[in-house]
Amino acid sequence: MSATFGVIVFPGSNCDHDAYHAMAHVMNAKTKFLWHKDTDLSDIDFLLIPGGFSYGDYLRSGAIARFSPIMQSVIEFAEKGGPVLGICNGFQILLEAGLLPGAMMHNQQLRFVCKQTHLRCETSDTLFTRNIEEGRVLQIPVAHGEGNYFTDEDQLKKLQDNDQIVFRYCDSQGKVTEEANFNGSVDNIAGICNPQRNILGMMPHPERAVEELIGSDDGKLIFESVLDELAVA
Amino acid sequence: MKEPDVTLELAKDHGLTEEEFEMIKDYLGRTPNFTELGVYSVMWSEHCSYKNSILEIKKLPNEGPQMLVGAGEENAGLVDIGDGLGCVFKVESHNHPSAIEPYEGAATGVGGIHRDIFTMGARPVASLNSLRFGDMDMPRVRFLLDGVVRGIADYGNSFGVPMVGGEIYFDEKYEGNPLVNAMSVGIVKEDQTASAIAEGVGNPVIIVGSDTGRDGIHGATFASEEISEESEDKRPSVQVGDPFAEKLLLEATLEVIKNGGIVGIQDMGAAGISCSSSEMSAKGNAGMRLDLDKVPTREEGMSAYEILLSESQERMLVVAEEGREQEIIDIYEKWDLNAVVIGEVVKGENVTYHKDGEVKADIPADSLVLGGGAPQYKREATKPEYLDEVQSFDINSLDHPGNHNEIVKQLLGSPNIASKRWAFEQYDTMVRTNTVNGPGASDSGVVRIKGTKKGLAVKTDCNGRYVYLNPRKGGQIAVAEAARNVVCSGAKPMAITNCLNFGNPYKPEVYWTFKEALAGMGDACRMFNTPVTGGNVSFYNENPEMAIFPTPVIGMLGLVEDIENHRMTPEFKNESDVIYYVGALRKGLGGSEYLREIFDLTTGDAPDIDLEFEARLQSSLLDAIQNQYVNAAHDISDGGLATTLTEMAMFAGKGADVSVADLGENKHEILYSEAQSGVVVTSEAKKKGQLESHLNNQDVPFVELGTVTNERSLNVDDLVSLSIDEMYDIYDNVIERAMKQKDDVVA
Repeated sequence: MSATFGVIVFPGSNCDHDAYHAMAHVMNAKTKFLWHKDTDLSDIDFLLIPGGFSYGDYLRSGAIARFSPIMQSVIEFAEKGGPVLGICNGFQILLEAGLLPGAMMHNQQLRFVCKQTHLRCETSDTLFTRNIEEGRVLQIPVAHGEGNYFTDEDQLKKLQDNDQIVFRYCDSQGKVTEEANFNGSVDNIAGICNPQRNILGMMPHPERAVEELIGSDDGKLIFESVLDELAVA
Repeated sequence: MKEPDVTLELAKDHGLTEEEFEMIKDYLGRTPNFTELGVYSVMWSEHCSYKNSILEIKKLPNEGPQMLVGAGEENAGLVDIGDGLGCVFKVESHNHPSAIEPYEGAATGVGGIHRDIFTMGARPVASLNSLRFGDMDMPRVRFLLDGVVRGIADYGNSFGVPMVGGEIYFDEKYEGNPLVNAMSVGIVKEDQTASAIAEGVGNPVIIVGSDTGRDGIHGATFASEEISEESEDKRPSVQVGDPFAEKLLLEATLEVIKNGGIVGIQDMGAAGISCSSSEMSAKGNAGMRLDLDKVPTREEGMSAYEILLSESQERMLVVAEEGREQEIIDIYEKWDLNAVVIGEVVKGENVTYHKDGEVKADIPADSLVLGGGAPQYKREATKPEYLDEVQSFDINSLDHPGNHNEIVKQLLGSPNIASKRWAFEQYDTMVRTNTVNGPGASDSGVVRIKGTKKGLAVKTDCNGRYVYLNPRKGGQIAVAEAARNVVCSGAKPMAITNCLNFGNPYKPEVYWTFKEALAGMGDACRMFNTPVTGGNVSFYNENPEMAIFPTPVIGMLGLVEDIENHRMTPEFKNESDVIYYVGALRKGLGGSEYLREIFDLTTGDAPDIDLEFEARLQSSLLDAIQNQYVNAAHDISDGGLATTLTEMAMFAGKGADVSVADLGENKHEILYSEAQSGVVVTSEAKKKGQLESHLNNQDVPFVELGTVTNERSLNVDDLVSLSIDEMYDIYDNVIERAMKQKDDVVA
């Protein structure tokens, strides 16, 4: 039986339809929406926490969503090794829920930024990047006001030593430069995974990069990796 | 609290005239009480009643085979785009609120226009904004720009609709009275539209969404007077937005409409409950009884007057089928929104508002509304004296500078021409994953329609300078340019919405200009078969010194039949592609950015336009695009041919070698004239013959200018030789650099 993807819908999620479209219509994967009050994830093989402004994000991005009924089930799902991808607000929620280390600050320019960015894939050793060679540059857009990833030096060293940094902002040639680090993230971090490597949080939106017509299809590489992994598993 | 006695003086304080006060007494057969006076004053304000504009607006064409619902029948017109889908779109102003509270003013403008769209059952798929500010050198202007852009961004980004286009213009004429026009575009299945109607005696009336507070009381009245020294005191008239609540309202409302069980639904914007209840009742020839005690309020002790006039955002009024109200309430509650039955549809034709066991207001619904009893005026119109003076100005008498490299660079550095990247990178331009062409390097914003082969191309446009110099031609050009822009993106122009920003209509010169500009728009809409689907009028755009440029902003909807194969973009594509100028002679410098930048002059006559030729040019160009004879197309507008060529080069990072020798003798006119009906296209060398014979067959003149190169420089004869990097550095950064002078940004 083919794998089932679940896209969580919080009040204020606004990339839920985009994630659904990418998975169901472009990747042709079995996909369903999960309401934030749902708690039964027994038929889900892969969880996707989409972008948006859960609960309006008036307090701190993701700070309220972590208390949603579904989040306890998400934590249990992840702790059992279930794959979870948090994109943008989804990444922020994973940080707030303690499933990934670190915190998000406002972008250094204190403004929302939406544009195409280049990411360097830093590790192929995750189920999300198994088809992407290290050093490969992906063009994937960002759209966030709070994407300035921060963690202290000890934690950063752990991320580096454990190969948990999955994506870094880079220029079009793959150079990790200060200029490419538009939001001020520590160590140009755009995406990280947990030590068990089944949870990925990333600020850029791969679901917005699945068709040439809308600017890039590099995001498909991530979803193809996931689908291949699940097909084998 | 005892309510004040209603006198003529009090009516005048509410913005009503003596004549209007008498009309009210006639309708009621008695003197209105305080609450009723408040309701009439907002409903008969310019903003709600269109009393000084409706007679002119009715002259605009509003019919066509593409129209499913005409202008004025609902909140916005509905255009047939095939595949069982309709498109609803509308542009609306939030100028006055933004002038004194730019962040909330702009934010609630965005919220309001989206509500107009989803109240009809349509999901908003794209938004645009058309902004005008004073001179960017002024700290106050930068403060307003910053606040407006943040307001639009924070609201729209959270709400989750991509911003795909728009404009920002700067001119001292807009000092103190910026224009903030927001447009929303939605798509609905033809059989899932909702109507703003109340009918069926006994059907319950439900208020949904946010609680009602004291914000925005008399917002509509405030929008209907000139901005003055006292305007700062009107700050409490500005509403406060909550995009999260609106997002919930959107999702819940679309679910409710799909579920069925509703008779009608109307969003609450200007004049709040008064407006939605009376308009729905008038439309259904029904009465309505509302119990204001049941309205969820944000604070204790609100009077009937305050509840009725509150413009608290993110609210809707729903008339349910009797017995199905609980289904509707359940859906709203699923989305954590209030939904409370506050009354019912009743026999008769009056809306009655009850509170504390008393009837607080009892008014014939029809007497309140546009198209019913609201006053309609024909105002005195006098041709302004300045027109003869500017139109007879001899531009040849000026001493035109000879260094074209410097002129081109100066134009690229004009904030009117320079990239608006600083602003649009703050907007989410891609959410919903439909954006094919976003803001920036495109003549219009293009979104694909999932599940079909089609796309929508949308554009806002108006050059207020042209309208100022020649209102009739200016009105024609606003429509023509917007149409040309969507054609350059590969779309057929379908219909327009408009936002008519003018000064005080009681000034005969303003009114004459208004009439002329509308007549011009009507000329063009008839020629292009683009009916007007609706819109908004914003009068009283004046600061203590002067009126703004008359600015009828056009929102154009275009349909791309085959998004994969017909979409078109302006950047040069490949080395050796042939570059053509297509269209009318490049003549006249009146109203140009060149005159403004080099001589600090806004004078001359507006550029000439021959509408019949323009229509032929556009249809020929669209054919050429659809037949894939061209691989780049870009409109010539502000800054003239020189700006068009530099943009095509900069967007591509490719250069060109060009000669304009065959275009005529006057190089300044050729390079900088904003003459209408001109585009630059490129063609692969092997398709050259096909393109040329197509244009010849259509009797559209063209001149071959040169070829695209892989060199990073643009060369025009011995006139211009500039590196792309140098040009781009100016073009891309002018506004950002200006906005970084943050320390002097003041309230």
